[in-house]
Amino acid sequence: MISCDFLRAFALVTLAASAQAQSVPSAERGRALYESRCVACHSVDTNRVGPAHQGVFGRKAGSAPDYAYSKAVASSNVVWTRANLLAWLAGPEAVVPGQAMNYSLGEAAEREDVVAYLATLSISKTSNAKTTAVR
Amino acid sequence: MSSIIQTFTTPGIAASRRAFMGRTGTLSAVAVAMLAGKDALAQGMSGDMSKDVGILNVALGLEHEAINAYQLGAGSGLLQKPVLDIAVQFQSHHKAHRDALIATIMKMGGTPVMEKKLDDYAKALKADTLKNQGDVLDLAARLELGATNAYLGVIPAFGSKDLAKVAARLAADETMHYTVLTSALGRPLPVGALSFGA
Repeated sequence: MISCDFLRAFALVTLAASAQAQSVPSAERGRALYESRCVACHSVDTNRVGPAHQGVFGRKAGSAPDYAYSKAVASSNVVWTRANLLAWLAGPEAVVPGQAMNYSLGEAAEREDVVAYLATLSISKTSNAKTTAVR
Repeated sequence: MSSIIQTFTTPGIAASRRAFMGRTGTLSAVAVAMLAGKDALAQGMSGDMSKDVGILNVALGLEHEAINAYQLGAGSGLLQKPVLDIAVQFQSHHKAHRDALIATIMKMGGTPVMEKKLDDYAKALKADTLKNQGDVLDLAARLELGATNAYLGVIPAFGSKDLAKVAARLAADETMHYTVLTSALGRPLPVGALSFGA
């Protein structure tokens, strides 16, 4: 017979493992979030209402080719590091006042996942697209 | 194709208010309803108002794209009735959204973002990859879901509660479109509640 103590311990371990899994940024979850939250304006490889995201990770803000940026973003000195992308997705106006996006993701875990996905877009198309999360 | 879209007689949206009003003549009922009681918004543009105009212009960009996406779908010959009729109806909704947004932006002293050429939208949306009705519906569903979440997502950013309500109403239309398209594709509806805009 399984004791109550064992069941409690098992439940705690399971919960802890689950929480840990959730806390690790996931590019796969990020891609799903990108599909539902970002695709209205953005695509990976074409400029639409918003700029294309291929290679966004590590590039200077306002530098996607052939995209007409707001003056604020075009003249900013922000570089899209992980930290800056997380801050941008939390509140773009705080990162570049006068920007035009005005859209944010409310959950920190979602921001982490989306940034993990954006990091995969920096990889050469010829290499494996499965990238480890950028931390 | 020309029968399903009644664009302005000149390409794009004119920058001048006079040209705009001359061409639109009377605003749609939706536009009138959205603009009702918004005269106060036209009394000079504060910082918040400038930001609101910026948000509305992004929304207008979405509506331009949606209109052209449906145009590309309808013109592709890939849609059969009654799906074609529904696409045309949804396109008319987006045109009403567009008209309302343009009128609101201009009333607030802003300049509406220009519509691009159909070919530009075709390239950006990779219209050449659409091979059958399902592809067209899938693209439309993706854009409608994205638009729903975009409108819901910018509601807190508006300085004006009136405009936040407008965004919510636009989101409701996009959600209706998404739901119908999802059903047409034979896909299940969202399992859980509160799946939009989270």
